[in-house]
Amino acid sequence: MKKIDRRNFLKGGLAGGAAVAATGTAATAKGAGTFGGYPDSMGVLVDLTKCVGCRTCEAACNKEQGLPAPEKPFNDTSVFDEIHEGGQKRRTTEKAYTVVNRYDVEGREGGPVFRKFQCNHCQEPACLTSCFVNAYKKTPEGAVIYNPKVCVGCRTCMIACPFYVPAYSYSSAINPVVKKCIMCYDTRLKFGRPPACVEACPQEVMVFGKRTDLIKLGHQRIKENPGKYVDHIYGETEVGGTSWMYLSDVPFDKVGFDTSLGNQPIISYVKEFLTVVPMVLTIWPALFTGFHLLSNRKEALKKEKETKGQEV
Amino acid sequence: MGGRTKKLLGVAIVVAALGAAPHAGLAAGGPATVELDSLSKLFGSVPFDHAKHTGLAGNCAECHHHTLGEAPVKENCGRCHKANQPAKTVACRQCHPAERFEAGYMASVAANPMLYHNGKPGLKGAYHQKCLGCHQAMGGPTGCEDCHTMTDKGEAFYRTGKYAPAPTAHQGGH
Repeated sequence: MKKIDRRNFLKGGLAGGAAVAATGTAATAKGAGTFGGYPDSMGVLVDLTKCVGCRTCEAACNKEQGLPAPEKPFNDTSVFDEIHEGGQKRRTTEKAYTVVNRYDVEGREGGPVFRKFQCNHCQEPACLTSCFVNAYKKTPEGAVIYNPKVCVGCRTCMIACPFYVPAYSYSSAINPVVKKCIMCYDTRLKFGRPPACVEACPQEVMVFGKRTDLIKLGHQRIKENPGKYVDHIYGETEVGGTSWMYLSDVPFDKVGFDTSLGNQPIISYVKEFLTVVPMVLTIWPALFTGFHLLSNRKEALKKEKETKGQEV
Repeated sequence: MGGRTKKLLGVAIVVAALGAAPHAGLAAGGPATVELDSLSKLFGSVPFDHAKHTGLAGNCAECHHHTLGEAPVKENCGRCHKANQPAKTVACRQCHPAERFEAGYMASVAANPMLYHNGKPGLKGAYHQKCLGCHQAMGGPTGCEDCHTMTDKGEAFYRTGKYAPAPTAHQGGH
């Protein structure tokens, strides 16, 4: 990963500004391309029908990431009854990069649905797009990682994320930064190994593999079990696709998924606008200063003429 | 490791011998108990009462799929695996890999795109999906420690027992 410090960041900003000033089209050309994800990136397919809510994944995440001790033991299922701010179920926090929640779905045979969630590692992440210090990176392996050293704690990514995943270290008074799942990039993914939660799961709820293979596997499961699954893999297309994808036997909106996100990457909504920003910042001041001077010159000349005439 | 292999081999031989004489007392056959201990780390081994479960399932194929020469339970499986085609081995671990996401295994699956069973669960997944799935459906025990006791490593991992977090004033105060 390229090291980004304050100097490089400023240098990059200056160079970019100069490039835009020189050719107004440079930014447009770069911004207009569609990325669509790295071809061999890895992913995880989560089958909600298999999860039994044992929370082993949470314990594995805590251990792997060296997170602080939880408030309750990981085999305590009373957490499923917790209701937090605004009637919400549990969310990811600075101390827990993944959480399992229980959803009581009316009319479902076989009891409640348990849903694990964590960062979905978007193909074109909104957090990355929104970050003005370039702390985020989508790695070719599929993980969306971030550099806490350059994070200034502005929390823009928390607002940008369509899944409300990045958490904030509110507990730190001196250097609060954003915290989230990195798909065990540093310790596992980089070496071709699955995230700790995937390997720890007793039910093999999650399958780790190439994202393209997982999409095929997901559709194969849907096809081989007629009537069992909803005919959709959540994350195959949502917000331009995510590395973590889900299969379910109940409608996704019944188990905490936002089904109104659309299939466009979040960056598409701001790309057009953002390419105009440098132009506005660089060309407009010069242009309107010119107009101002031109019109003022006219006035000034007129005035000069008038005063000259009076003098004569 | 050696003992375990021997034990499983023993199981395989016993069941294979039974498989050679198809259907003759199959439901009552097989080993009386099997110690499921190849994965034990956070939890102790599972003393599996094989005799009891053969009676409950009533059909070997329920757990052993097509490997004992019985017709598979799922109709779709029967399209390839018909009855009277016993496999060489019947132990779970012979087909379900303990290291499901090991790079070598994943590469071998990827290198064989025509392989039908490309999404076959690993050993841990196979045990839990099969055991727990049936226990849920038939009202059997479903708690983790109903089948296997947690080890000291397990208590540390789940932060429970003597590793449980100290209760705080906040806890349970909602």
